[in-house]
Amino acid sequence: MTLLRVENLAIDLVRDGHRHRLVHDASFSVERGETLAVVGESGSGKSLSALAVIGLISEGLEVAGGTIHFDGRDLSALDAEEMRGLRGSDIAMIFQEPMTSLNPVRSIGAQLTEGMRLKLGLSRREARERAVGLLTEVGISDPEARLLQYPHQISGGMRQRVMIAIALACQPKLILADEPTTALDVTIQGQILELIARLCKEHGVGLVLITHNLGIVARYSQNVCVMYGGRVVETAPAAELYVHPLHPYTRGLLASVPRLSQARGTGLVPIEGAPPDPMEVIPGCRFHPRCPMATEECSAKVPVARHAGAHMVACWNAELAEPEMA
Amino acid sequence: MAAETLLEVEDLRVAFPIRTGLFRRVTGAVHAVSGVSFAIRRGEAFGLVGESGCGKTTVARAVLRLVEPTGGRIMFEGQDVAGLRGAGLTGFRRKVQAVFQDPFSSLNPRMTAGRIIGEPIRVHGLVPRSDVKARVDELLDLCGLPRRFAGLYPHEMSGGQRQRVGIARALAMEPELLVCDEAVSALDVSIQAQIINLLGELRTELGLTYLFIGHDLSVVRHLCDRVGVMYLGRMMERAPSEPLFAEPLHPYSQALIDAVPDPDPASEADRVVVPLQGEVPSPANPPPGCVFHPRCPRAARRCAEEAPPLDDYGSGHAAACWFAGPPEPTATIKPPQEVIHDHAG
Repeated sequence: MTLLRVENLAIDLVRDGHRHRLVHDASFSVERGETLAVVGESGSGKSLSALAVIGLISEGLEVAGGTIHFDGRDLSALDAEEMRGLRGSDIAMIFQEPMTSLNPVRSIGAQLTEGMRLKLGLSRREARERAVGLLTEVGISDPEARLLQYPHQISGGMRQRVMIAIALACQPKLILADEPTTALDVTIQGQILELIARLCKEHGVGLVLITHNLGIVARYSQNVCVMYGGRVVETAPAAELYVHPLHPYTRGLLASVPRLSQARGTGLVPIEGAPPDPMEVIPGCRFHPRCPMATEECSAKVPVARHAGAHMVACWNAELAEPEMA
Repeated sequence: MAAETLLEVEDLRVAFPIRTGLFRRVTGAVHAVSGVSFAIRRGEAFGLVGESGCGKTTVARAVLRLVEPTGGRIMFEGQDVAGLRGAGLTGFRRKVQAVFQDPFSSLNPRMTAGRIIGEPIRVHGLVPRSDVKARVDELLDLCGLPRRFAGLYPHEMSGGQRQRVGIARALAMEPELLVCDEAVSALDVSIQAQIINLLGELRTELGLTYLFIGHDLSVVRHLCDRVGVMYLGRMMERAPSEPLFAEPLHPYSQALIDAVPDPDPASEADRVVVPLQGEVPSPANPPPGCVFHPRCPRAARRCAEEAPPLDDYGSGHAAACWFAGPPEPTATIKPPQEVIHDHAG
């Protein structure tokens, strides 16, 4: 059974009685022990779609359609109380900036054990023991002493390790990680991602990794979901996506990144223009104003999702874009 | 490549005092930069890479004369920058321009792009007053912005457009040296490529010299002819881009390169990467000997006792390591197996 299946998710911004759709028709799924990367630029709706899974979207935003099935349950049928029960236990989160997501006036121990006592019903002592074990597991030295420290007393990399320990505290089935290493230095980024990937694999946890970094996607994920302007434009297994990207946006992204593995002096082919403002109304395909292969159809009709095996693409001209293959 | 040296940084040292207590007494110092040397030839692009706190931005700020060095020399066109006064200083300020990371905080929100770009031209009297508007149009063209942008305010533009305005403002001064401090780091992937290409084109068109500060190794390698790798205020390795990234001699450079995932699952699958352990120590209290030794996989006793000098290994390749050389063959980047199809189709 699929761990998480999001289908046709729609999210609206409701302001002064007006509705504006920010996420259209987003579908993606994650299996146990597997990593799905959700890739996109700012305003693509990647964070919004993932946060909607756990009902963490801000005031004024509203899930306006679609279904979310998690571990056999329909999450859209849950009320706020039941949703809260799920958050932090079955589904955990890791955010970009640990300094703003950890409570600065509570000790690490208090923040780490709170969930375990509440959701797993552990005693103070059991929770403390488990906390020490978790900190050791995420590679924090001298865990007993760390429990008494406060977030400002430890480094950014350490804070993110604490966040991971908190996420794992209640034995989640799914972790949503929103740009978990963007604020960290490259060498620390490697440590943290290795850690998240290893722990998710060991514990059979499904991982939704939200990122803009195509290198991280290639190294750590099995499946990729590419979002643009509030829509999922392409989903595919990572190995497939990088070799045969079908959507012109995906192709554009891959041609835009400089690579260490490339001969120096290989030109970058940027995508013209800029990602659209989420408030902008664009008829047809959201990408068509920037698309090198847009036709009249693209500005008139929203492309329908077409499937070929595990590969999905939402583009009218995707097949045409396929280069001649030997 | 026998061009003259435009900028020479010799044994640069910058320390910031740590003040504590009621009377803000100086109780220590953060050694942000401890003896960094490099030279940039006219027309060359030199990159400085490293993690946060390595001192690369402080080097840039010292070159721009925004911080006072505590030691060493910065020579621009053969003149000691520290000694510049009056007209000499004004000339230097014109010839060395900066492009910063966040164009939103470095552009005046109350000025239109036309004023932002035009004002320095007017102040320095670079063209007759009546020609300023035409010059602004020319700069907008050069930076790939429509001329109507002269009437727009920064908040009316996207991040990439603002960065183009920031570049146009720098170019307005007809600089010799452009110091780019993380100039593309805050931009979306598709926009980043546009600005990288723009910087590349401007360099060929205007014969500019770059000091490019960045933390993204792939971007720095793409733009720069030579690169310096910094760690905790010191230069660990300095070499032409090609050999530096293909055959780094310093274990820290190797670790940095290993930490960059390649956007290609096929090459990633074959890559064995051992992430560097530990974290960057505080620059207020650097480790003895080689500052990298507590995290170094090659560290031996000597490393903890004696700091290695930046030795030349031939062909302009220098490294500061007692055990400099190619690494154990664990991590390799294979050449891409398939070229990304271009749009033309």
